[in-house]
Amino acid sequence: MTELTKKKRPEFRNINIFTDVRGYRLPLAALVSILHRVSGLLMLLLLPFIIWLFDKSLTSEISFAQFSAAYTTGLGFVPAWFVKLVTLALIWAYLHHLCAGFRHLWLDVDHGAITKEKGRSSAVVVFAISIVLTLALGAKLFGLY
Amino acid sequence: MSATYGYKRTVVGAHYGWRDFLVQRITAVLIAAFTLLVLLQLLFTHGSIGYDTWAGIFAPQWMKALTFSVIVALIWHAWIGACSIWYDYGKPEGVRLLLQVLTAVWLISCGGWAIQVLWRL
Repeated sequence: MTELTKKKRPEFRNINIFTDVRGYRLPLAALVSILHRVSGLLMLLLLPFIIWLFDKSLTSEISFAQFSAAYTTGLGFVPAWFVKLVTLALIWAYLHHLCAGFRHLWLDVDHGAITKEKGRSSAVVVFAISIVLTLALGAKLFGLY
Repeated sequence: MSATYGYKRTVVGAHYGWRDFLVQRITAVLIAAFTLLVLLQLLFTHGSIGYDTWAGIFAPQWMKALTFSVIVALIWHAWIGACSIWYDYGKPEGVRLLLQVLTAVWLISCGGWAIQVLWRL
């Protein structure tokens, strides 16, 4: 039997996050996909913070001052640098989610886009745009220019 | 038995995920367009952006109406997105149900707060 001489292929029945997932190959397209979920979940969890910013920045001049103060003197016991860091995480999450979303729409309408090569090159574009914009806005947020 | 796959697939009766699929994309485009609209208004502002400029963007009635629909779109989008994650990793079903209930409460609370902020402006 040729079946018996064949090299035994790995078989996953009960996938373990610590032992099996490390061995997975994760191409760039897959990385875009999983980060699409991670960024979406991050924004979902931080939604109260986003609405807090919306509330304070919009309600009155006094609350607008509180909003600004969160980025200069901090928010309660949370220092300003940490507020900025969380905001930077949100900026990245939004940009990645947006770029990956546009890629998704493109994959929906153009069947020619669904090849190994184009999947990879479009993933590169998603990372390039979202990371460059995140760095640019992050530098502005932390007052580098 | 007649074929129920391919182009002969029954497409009425149950949703087969088509509604969620379409809603996810329509709401995504709406949110992206809204982001662009707000960004453009900020970019074309002369001088520094203070409270007056920022509140002025959301003050017109048409902008409030639009922001209202974007908030609803965002909640709906987040609901479908979160559920698709829970469908994959929320096991067993009891855990998934709990996650879905928590997501629903979380999103409806956040949506209510956002709309309150918008409408008292």
